[in-house]
Amino acid sequence: MSLARLAGGLLIGTTRLLCGPQARWVGCEPSTRQRIYFANHCSHLDAVVLWSCLPPPVRRLTRPVAALDYWGGGGLKGFLAREVFRSILVDRSGADPRAVVDHLAESMGQADSIILFPEGTRGTGEELAPFKSGLYHLSRKRPDVDLVPVSMQNLNRILPKGEILPVPLFSSVSFGAPLRAEESESKTEFLQRAREALLRLVEP
Amino acid sequence: MRILTEPRMVWLFGGVLVLLVLASAIGWVLDRRARGEKARAVIENLNARIRAWWVMCAVFAVATATGGLGSILLFGLMSFVAFREFVTMTPTRRGDHRALFWAFFFFIPLQYWLVAVDWYGMFSILIPIYAFLFLPTRTAMSGDTEKFLERTAKIQWGLMVSVYCVSHAPALLMLDIPGFEGQNALLLFYLVLVVQSSDVLQYVFGKTMGRRKIAPDVSPNKTWEGFLGGILSATLLGSALWWATPFTPLQAAGMALVITLLGFSGGLVMSAIKRDRGIKDFGTLIEGHGGILDRIDSICFAAPVFFHLTRFFFT
Repeated sequence: MSLARLAGGLLIGTTRLLCGPQARWVGCEPSTRQRIYFANHCSHLDAVVLWSCLPPPVRRLTRPVAALDYWGGGGLKGFLAREVFRSILVDRSGADPRAVVDHLAESMGQADSIILFPEGTRGTGEELAPFKSGLYHLSRKRPDVDLVPVSMQNLNRILPKGEILPVPLFSSVSFGAPLRAEESESKTEFLQRAREALLRLVEP
Repeated sequence: MRILTEPRMVWLFGGVLVLLVLASAIGWVLDRRARGEKARAVIENLNARIRAWWVMCAVFAVATATGGLGSILLFGLMSFVAFREFVTMTPTRRGDHRALFWAFFFFIPLQYWLVAVDWYGMFSILIPIYAFLFLPTRTAMSGDTEKFLERTAKIQWGLMVSVYCVSHAPALLMLDIPGFEGQNALLLFYLVLVVQSSDVLQYVFGKTMGRRKIAPDVSPNKTWEGFLGGILSATLLGSALWWATPFTPLQAAGMALVITLLGFSGGLVMSAIKRDRGIKDFGTLIEGHGGILDRIDSICFAAPVFFHLTRFFFT
């Protein structure tokens, strides 16, 4: 436990130094209430930067969702995913999407929030890919939980996909207004609305 | 540490301390008297600036106390952050990644290392020649030609203004001025003091008497009244501080005039860049002031010219 906390603190310190993230709570305030944060994904740094922008009490209750095939192994990666971030690992091979959603809902329990990247994989940062349907099914399964759009800016320039050396620019993280899947809303409509909420957060 | 007990340094720091106390007192009085939302906002920003000045002066004092190395490190860090701010607001592309990595982690440390080891010849050509030729090569190797010239030009410009130009301030420490040996820290203090007080005085004259705008399309805050009042009073201050420099009072007046005019140019040019990019400040690091680059824009322009005038006429 203490080693994980130490590693977490170090990681957050390094991330802040490297990415200078500025958190902007545009549409909501930080809260320990259960939430589903969904963000654009274009760098390995996304999850840790978002995590570092949450106040410590919120952070302790927030678990990033990560790919089992990438983070599931042993060694440092496995340690970080399991012990430091308390990640919820999901199988993205696509065998059974329902099982993934059930697993997420179950892992959240009654207290934990999660960080989700609904594009499914890292993009180039230039365009937001269409969302996978998991976000919709999860919101249906947990209609009592707010979905908060989070826009991550500049991280694709700090550490783009395929690079290992970072360039220390400044980044920003904007938290938008919470939303939930409406009773009458179809899957396509909801995913469209969620995607637009995220796009609107991008700075003018 | 010895430089801090040098009587002239004590006088300079003492003077700055008195000014800070005075500014804080005035800020406190204004805060109690301010009525109306707009006035309150101006005073609040003013007090944030004054608080930040305390911190900046303390940092500068610590750097000066540690001798040359501390000052070189401080300006090196400022360059690093300023370049970060500059590149952050410049649209670079994926193909620039490796070139930027070299700029951040090779050219910036090397430039300040050259100051530390007193290698003037290499110091003066590293960025204008070697970085200028190497960085576009690295970018070209990445294969992305979209807006190539624009991207490389912007990176080079950012490196010139936030690293090359700024590094001329601590480079004052390596000048050999006959009869002024071991006292160069005073010269660095003089430059920073005159440039920054010119900024402050232009702000004060502009806020209190400013009417006619100099360049409304570039910066709505710059007025003729602020410009003239600030430049003249800062020049006066600069010549009154001749005893801290190797200059005669008249020479000090000339130097101070050049420094303040260049400081003004720096602010104007950086405002034009910010206006073009549609941003108000380069960053948020210093409360009330914006980013590092917003605070040192005047030093960027004043330092190299002050350095070379001193080098040409006094060494």
